Amino acid sequence: MATVKFDEATRLYPGNDKPSVDRLNIDIEDGEFLVLVGPSGCGKSTSLRMLAGLEEVNAGKIWIGDRDVTNLSPKDRDVAMVFQNYALYPHMTVADNMGFALKIAGVDKGEIRKRVEEAAKILDLEQYLERKPKALSGGQRQRVAMGRAIVRSPQVFLMDEPLSNLDAKLRVQTRTQIASLQRRLGVTTVYVTHDQVEAMTMGDRVAVLKDGLLMQCDTPRHMYDHPNNVFVAGFIGSPAMNLLDVDVTDGGVQVGGSKIPVERARLDSSSGKQVTLGVRPEDLELTSEGQGIPVTVDVVEELGADAYIYGSTNAKQHADFDESGAEVPERPFIARVDGRRPPAKGETVYLAPKSGHVHLFDAGSGQRLGD
Amino acid sequence: MALNITASRPDPALLDLPWELPLETWPEEHLAALPRGISRHVVRFVKLSGRVLAVKEIKADIAAREYQMLRVLNRIEVPCVEPFGVVSGRVDVNGNPLDACLITRHLQFSLPYRALFSQSLRVGTSTRLIDALAVLLVRLHLTGFWWGDVSLSNTLFRRDAGAFAAYLVDAETGELHQALTDGQREHDLDIARVNIAGELMDLEAGGFLEAGTDAIDTSNRIVTRYTELWNELTGLERFEKGDRWRVDERIRRLNELGFDVDELAISTDFDGTHIAIQPKVVDAGHHSRRLLRLTGLDVEENQARRLLNDLDSYRAGTDRQNDDEEIVAHDWLARIYEPITRTVPRDLAGKLAPAELFHEVLEHRWYMSERAGHDIPIEDAIRDYVATVLPSKPDEATVVGVDTVEMPVVAMFDDH
Ligand SMILES: Nc1ncnc2c1ncn2[C@@H]1O[C@H](COP(=O)(O)OP(=O)(O)OP(=O)(O)O)[C@@H](O)[C@H]1O
Ligand SMILES: Nc1ncnc2c1ncn2[C@@H]1O[C@H](COP(=O)(O)OP(=O)(O)OP(=O)(O)O)[C@@H](O)[C@H]1O
Ligand SMILES: [Mg+2]
Ligand SMILES: [Mg+2]
Repeated sequence: MATVKFDEATRLYPGNDKPSVDRLNIDIEDGEFLVLVGPSGCGKSTSLRMLAGLEEVNAGKIWIGDRDVTNLSPKDRDVAMVFQNYALYPHMTVADNMGFALKIAGVDKGEIRKRVEEAAKILDLEQYLERKPKALSGGQRQRVAMGRAIVRSPQVFLMDEPLSNLDAKLRVQTRTQIASLQRRLGVTTVYVTHDQVEAMTMGDRVAVLKDGLLMQCDTPRHMYDHPNNVFVAGFIGSPAMNLLDVDVTDGGVQVGGSKIPVERARLDSSSGKQVTLGVRPEDLELTSEGQGIPVTVDVVEELGADAYIYGSTNAKQHADFDESGAEVPERPFIARVDGRRPPAKGETVYLAPKSGHVHLFDAGSGQRLGD
Repeated sequence: MALNITASRPDPALLDLPWELPLETWPEEHLAALPRGISRHVVRFVKLSGRVLAVKEIKADIAAREYQMLRVLNRIEVPCVEPFGVVSGRVDVNGNPLDACLITRHLQFSLPYRALFSQSLRVGTSTRLIDALAVLLVRLHLTGFWWGDVSLSNTLFRRDAGAFAAYLVDAETGELHQALTDGQREHDLDIARVNIAGELMDLEAGGFLEAGTDAIDTSNRIVTRYTELWNELTGLERFEKGDRWRVDERIRRLNELGFDVDELAISTDFDGTHIAIQPKVVDAGHHSRRLLRLTGLDVEENQARRLLNDLDSYRAGTDRQNDDEEIVAHDWLARIYEPITRTVPRDLAGKLAPAELFHEVLEHRWYMSERAGHDIPIEDAIRDYVATVLPSKPDEATVVGVDTVEMPVVAMFDDH
């Protein structure tokens, strides 16, 4: 087991003018489950490959434990890269399916058997070891695939989108299994996904990357409550946070028909007359006509106790960007309301942020204002 | 949701397929029983308007991505299956959503490696497969394609004059870049090595691997073959100024390996005593391009090499060394190649691709000549071959009845 440290780690691909991973700093604790998340092309796989020793580090260093591994070859690092796609072999027993990579690595038979049995115990597959994969359920097969990684007992597991081709149901199941398994094994794990829900449900901490830059590295809770910048605010959370560009007024900000008081200190560091205000759908409440933000309801999604309304507003929404970096023109304004008395489609409602639940960001830099 | 078909040339007959049924339950009448490799998704072959299509049930976003990727790979002329379309927005009779389907054209005369191993085997089949895969991987890497899931299962093989030609079939995990880094290539190679070892061990467990073949040794061959080829195609070579013949020699070696050199960088040392050369742009298909230009025949690289050799002997044999090459080629095509390949009765025509048949006949003639102690005319050889050898060959345009395997990763029932 070991800590992992990205220390100003930088990767500039030949022919590119901008690094794909730019001075990355992350300290990963021993036994921690760290998730790298971000839109396509943000540098997740590159970061992982740098840690695996499969990508040159142009500047900075990478540490595993107290070893500087920056220039070590992959096989000298004691990390296991878990393949994105794991095949199961029909003629081989479950035990052989789990152990064959060790055989390739030249581990002796007795040792392989021992490690396979240990892994099978952890994965609850003991009684299936002599069977063929065909006789297993989808979930059990997925666990055999995990067994293939576990038996290698490395210091660090590296996983790049291991669930991307599973069906929705198995994906949710497997997600939980991987996370709980990792906790039981206690092996430091770096996990890559583009799915923020997956990141937030699995990680001890989540590192959000964008264009090769680390946006924030935090526990899911703290990231959710205190996004460091507009990008993280809009990326983390489902449904997404509402982001509005609002005017700064004396002692607060003007949100539609209401003035929301904000401590002077929080606005002092802002660079302009406007700031970006963020409020999560669950942090809005209905207010009286003419107050707050007017929202015309387009869709009502009823979920029992709660309902979500998706609507349009004349308040100025902060320009948003999709996975490919293109501007998303109009995002619906989203609010959670009482599921027993949801507004009707076409109705205009007035919504105000609950006090203490607004996030403010500098309109220019996008950085969080205040704490 | 409405059914949504994306295709560059959509065939309306597509609409007649039972998209409202999970692929696994499609009725026989639509299906062609052809062998497949190991796969996680359900894959079926479907007959449609006189052709055979491969249909893979897969999540819509992945299907769309793989479709686009295959289109790009086809455009840059990498050997891979040809994308046909994507069908999404499927729902079953109760209105429940079904996964999308990626449709590719069935690659004719191609064989998944498992089908090759269930036939009676020539020694060295596994090494020849791996050699073919190494060539494919090098070609993919030269174009900047990182595969991410290199395996025998994700490759299709066509016979190629005693060797094999490899085609990419599964591009799901692929990424295309300007050029790959050493790390990306190394990553693919590592994936290849482990997957091939697993696949060969599986054949071994099923009793299909040739006796005397070691799964691990054989899997390591992907690394050595790949590295040799990569170095030959891209390596820097330094020599003294006097040894200029080495430029031609390098080009000749690359041609021999089946590559043309489109760009070669030559530089001299500071003091001008040494020369360094490095191929910058190489293009596979040296022999097949030449044959195509001369005869219009579009065949695999080794087959082309074989046919070109036969063309050369024809030229020598008819004493026409001074005639225009294209005219001789035209005569060879009309007098030798076409009559021979047309001799095959219609019901045996699906056994082998014509160029492969021609190669086999040349081999057959050689054996017959050796036995007889004198030259046998090719007309006699083809007659004997059609009578004694061809009928017992499996039908390879569309091989039927081989064990096919699927390991679906769908949540089949809830455990835990
Ligand atoms: N060999 C290469 N040459 C040039 N650029 C490259 C190369 N490999 C990757 N890149 C670029 O580096 C950036 C980061 O790529 P990377 O694969 O790390 O992103 P990612 O976050 O894993 O994306 P995805 O979610 O699509 O897998 C991208 O812009 C990509 O195009
Ligand atoms: N166009 C085609 N022509 C011939 N065979 C095909 C074609 N498409 C698919 N196949 C066969 O179907 C098999 C499975 O296809 P494919 O590898 O795309 O599925 P998959 O489920 O994505 O696989 P994996 O488990 O590797 O992700 C292949 O190994 C091949 O034998
Ligand atoms: Mg990636
Ligand atoms: Mg496949």
